[in-house]
Amino acid sequence: MLNGLLGKKLGMTQVFVEDGNCIPVTVIETASCVVCDKKTQERDGYQAVQLGFGEIRKKRVKKAQAKSFEKNQVPARRVLREFRCEEAGDVQIGQTADAGIFEPGEFLNITGTTKGRGFAGVIKRHGFHGAPGSRGSHEIFRGGGSVGMKAWPGRVLKGKKMPGHYGNTQCTVLNLQVVKVEKEKNLLLVRGATPGPNGGLLILRKTKRAKKG
Amino acid sequence: MNAVDEIERTQMKKKVPSFCVGDTVKVHMTIKEGDKERVQVFEGVVIARKHGGVRETFTVRKISFGVGVERVFPIHSPKVGKIEVARHGRVRRAKLYYLRDLKGKASKTKEKSRQQIQKTRQEAVAGAPEKAAASS
Repeated sequence: MLNGLLGKKLGMTQVFVEDGNCIPVTVIETASCVVCDKKTQERDGYQAVQLGFGEIRKKRVKKAQAKSFEKNQVPARRVLREFRCEEAGDVQIGQTADAGIFEPGEFLNITGTTKGRGFAGVIKRHGFHGAPGSRGSHEIFRGGGSVGMKAWPGRVLKGKKMPGHYGNTQCTVLNLQVVKVEKEKNLLLVRGATPGPNGGLLILRKTKRAKKG
Repeated sequence: MNAVDEIERTQMKKKVPSFCVGDTVKVHMTIKEGDKERVQVFEGVVIARKHGGVRETFTVRKISFGVGVERVFPIHSPKVGKIEVARHGRVRRAKLYYLRDLKGKASKTKEKSRQQIQKTRQEAVAGAPEKAAASS
């Protein structure tokens, strides 16, 4: 049994659910997901399923990778990711994995790469409040204030929140509920927001600790 | 057409009753109380229509026991049933937020004449096929 999938974030919208309420959803496309390889206890020391996602021209595939695709007789894929899987007996190499492995109501952990924000100040990056806009304050409005004490300790404490690069990091959102599965179109509707821009890669895993209630 | 638009289209009602800003409408809303469901009617003046597609909403304002009450309804919500137009109002703005500052007679919208109603209807009919062509 597969316990995860790779997908592409298509965007967000809203749907009306049975009780008539309107909820926000992210639309995820999971087409072209293929089992490219399997890791076994005997050969690799751990059990996992390797999934490939996203079509790619043959010419663009690295030679070493092309060889591995050829060996397993699977179509070339742009992205490869492994999913730890203890009960992978029924998973065949070359089999396509579609959105049908998830059911509505199930909870997923979704991993993606957040939008990069470049070099950001402390207000955007750490949620500082900034300085007052009036009452004698001048020149400094979005600064972070003092960075530490004087002669003792004579240095800036570790972990001090300062401006710097923000975003473009891996982020996992836990317990997002599956609202709808459209198997034919390979679409997944998940309640709430997922990390990253539209068109970004998402790793969907069944959650081990589902939210109660 | 992209997948997100397609999903939005399936969420939309096939037929939305035609009404304009300034009209007095009766909105039939299903309300759940425990296990029971009943229909509540909210009557007032439409003071705004906002957003587009599946997100479209309209704001209805009424004076209840001397207090102004406004309610925002999503047009495509399954909870919003019938929308009856009780009176066609003649207004010259798309948003009637100025009604909030008015009291009594000044806050009434004038009724549209028959010719005006017919004109807006014709415009709606003429606009509809264009809209359909543009969206398909």
